[in-house]
Amino acid sequence: MMQAQDLLRLKEIARRTRRLIIESVAEAGSGHPGGSLSAVELVVALYFHKMRHDPKNPKWEDRDRFILSKGHAAPLLYSVLAQAGYFPVEELKTLRKLGSMLQGHPDFRTPGVEYCAGSEGIGLSVGIGLALAAKLDGKGYRTYVLLGDGEMQEGQIWEAAMAAVKYRLDNLTAIVDRNGIQQDGLTENIMPLEPLAAKWQAFNWNVIQIDGYDFEQIIDAYNKAEETLNRPTVIIAHTTKGKGVSFMEWSPQWHGQAPKKEQVSKILEEMGLL
Amino acid sequence: MSKTSKMGDMRTGYGEALAELGSMRKDVVVVGADTTQSLKTSLFGYKFPERFFNIGIAESNAVSIAAGLALAGKIAFVSTYAAFIPGKCVDQIRNAIAYPNLNVKIVASHAGLSVGPDGASHQQVEDIATMRAIPNMKVLAPADEYSTRRLVFAIAESSGPCYMRLARPKSPVVYDDARFAIGSSNILRDGSDVAIVACGLMVAEALDAADILAQEGISCRVIDMYSIKPIDSDAIVKAARDTGAIVTAEEHNILGGLGSAVAEVVCEHAPCIMKRVGVKDTFGESGEHDELLAKYGLKARDIASAAREVVRLKR
Repeated sequence: MMQAQDLLRLKEIARRTRRLIIESVAEAGSGHPGGSLSAVELVVALYFHKMRHDPKNPKWEDRDRFILSKGHAAPLLYSVLAQAGYFPVEELKTLRKLGSMLQGHPDFRTPGVEYCAGSEGIGLSVGIGLALAAKLDGKGYRTYVLLGDGEMQEGQIWEAAMAAVKYRLDNLTAIVDRNGIQQDGLTENIMPLEPLAAKWQAFNWNVIQIDGYDFEQIIDAYNKAEETLNRPTVIIAHTTKGKGVSFMEWSPQWHGQAPKKEQVSKILEEMGLL
Repeated sequence: MSKTSKMGDMRTGYGEALAELGSMRKDVVVVGADTTQSLKTSLFGYKFPERFFNIGIAESNAVSIAAGLALAGKIAFVSTYAAFIPGKCVDQIRNAIAYPNLNVKIVASHAGLSVGPDGASHQQVEDIATMRAIPNMKVLAPADEYSTRRLVFAIAESSGPCYMRLARPKSPVVYDDARFAIGSSNILRDGSDVAIVACGLMVAEALDAADILAQEGISCRVIDMYSIKPIDSDAIVKAARDTGAIVTAEEHNILGGLGSAVAEVVCEHAPCIMKRVGVKDTFGESGEHDELLAKYGLKARDIASAAREVVRLKR
């Protein structure tokens, strides 16, 4: 069980993260708020509770690795990295602008970014490479890969699902942001993914399903993944696209559209952040 | 230097060099995609099973896993047939390897028409063009077993991504000893009337063409341009200035390959008359290696007639 104090701290960081996502995407004038807001708690729990990492030494050899495979959620990753201390929070104002260290999709000019994401379906395979290297080098670091649910329509995800089991990668955890929505609409209308848990089970992964906004469930799942030996774990986190902003929730329209600057104060007020 | 009647095998050169490299460097890992016996990366696998990963018939996955291994500090070699890597996974090579400038070395066999009877689906004649167009990517095409062997060590020493294409058939021995460096080239025979710039299997054909031309009194320089990117601009400019006539020869589409790379240098720095010998923007078909080279105009006699033409035109 988590201490009540820890829980409050994580909830507060999640609130600040949502605010930074909204502000930075509005300032940029473009970007992907929906899929950033949906996975806030999942990523906050990693960087502020679960992962061993050192913002002052981003290349520390033994750090746990986080790969944002759904690269369009860059505003989420940047907001978390900034709060963790990888770079000043003020940098978020430069998101997507010429010369910025914060590219539209993550790349290596940002301290703390582990992988250049943007083309869907690749991150889990890259995570396998990291996990294989950890085993080869006798290192204890863990690799976490956040996948979009729409991303699982890419065949390479299932190539990776096979490979991770072949190599018994118990140091690899996949997290699925199961918000049910992709750019064109509902995943189940565009290209159905269900029965999703049964698919991963059939590939012989350890499957855990959670509420993606309950920190206790999230952290419990990360711990169970770490305790599971000889096979990889996938955590299917049930989430809501655009979580926290009433008019963005469950709306494909807000997959890749920035709020207008004049909407920001209304959003923050509604979220209790003003 | 001229080619001998001895034959060699690029894949043997690759596999043996890779296994030797594995003994020298513990940070070398090898990723395969089911064709590891054919590519002879299995030689590495027998010696270092813990550093050898056969990912099966899943090329996109294989190159992306290689990217992850490189992210963790490894030198990752990844290999299969050129039709599949790079053919099937240009996106993963671009985004997961080249963009982050990772130490992944893509070595693909069965490039060009020389795959033979397998037919057009397996005859990769676009790989130089696609790989050359990707920033950070280096592109190599060795002429024989010896140069393949040497270039394995050269690419392991170089940082960042690299693509090296090999041919399937046994090929004439061109080298018994030479120096190889990424961005360099070798003059195999000097001459003053025309320069033939070739890569891969076409180097041996170019040497035969030079023999044919010599009998007609045409003095021919033959350059093995094994490094297509970065390319040895100095050697090209010098050849253009010394001879005033250039022919390129490659087992690849004439669009975007060695001929294009040489033309870019010639046009900008030392314009001269030029002709490109290569696959004329068409798909191949089933047939024996030699039959295909003949049908698609890639034999020594085709190179020789292109050379005669440029020599005539410059006068």
